[in-house]
Amino acid sequence: MKFGIVVSEGPYTHQAADTAYHFAKAALDKGHEVPRVFFYHDGVNVSSSLTVPPQDERHIQKNWSTLASENEIDLVVCIAAAQRRGILDENEAKRQGKDAANLAEGFRISGLGQLIEMGIEYDRMVMFGD
Amino acid sequence: MPDAKKFLYVNRKAPYGTIYALESLEVVLIAAAFEQDVSLAFLDDGVFQLTKDQNTDGIGVKNFSPTFRALGDYEVTKLFVEKESLEERGLDPSDLQEITWEDEDADWEEKPSIRIVSRAEMADIMADQDVVLSF
Repeated sequence: MKFGIVVSEGPYTHQAADTAYHFAKAALDKGHEVPRVFFYHDGVNVSSSLTVPPQDERHIQKNWSTLASENEIDLVVCIAAAQRRGILDENEAKRQGKDAANLAEGFRISGLGQLIEMGIEYDRMVMFGD
Repeated sequence: MPDAKKFLYVNRKAPYGTIYALESLEVVLIAAAFEQDVSLAFLDDGVFQLTKDQNTDGIGVKNFSPTFRALGDYEVTKLFVEKESLEERGLDPSDLQEITWEDEDADWEEKPSIRIVSRAEMADIMADQDVVLSF
């Protein structure tokens, strides 16, 4: 089965990004497909490469980046939600005249159409939020 | 639209205080372009999103409630509002703004988009969907 996953809360304050990660891993282990994960609302903050949690804690952003590269998951961050919250890739940083970009490896910035597309094309949409 | 899927966007939060309501509406406006069967549900504090005469001058936040009236132009014409959620908050259907759509098949007659449904009916509406996104 093809699962589309939505993460709609930020890392560490809420468990949603962790639960979504465990769900994705479990689904993949069972032989299901997780072609794409969409980050919305504060969920976009998961993609910040500037995250530095204490060493004895899980690294939510790195967990996702690693899982994505091992399983070819498309990690999509909503552009409107990201720009509100200060998440920029190189292109957007340049375009907005900012001196730094902070989109972590394995993530890409795109539009809400990518979210709707998951609903149309996949078998199930699972939303992890508050 | 033979292969259109049924999408339901569930709105559970008050319009201000958090960004969920505004960003949910942004999803709906994009979704409208994909020619799917779109419905919106308003329950819990989400019913406050549709109240009329909203004024956000005092909180420095954009009042986005007029956007709901434009949904008809995007062919989003089904706004289900849960009766019990209204009643629990001392609200009445007359406290909600008037939202209409023009029915192309009935000589562009203006029809109400808001439909008040019971909690039991809302459960049936949800069960009938292909995709439910909750905000």
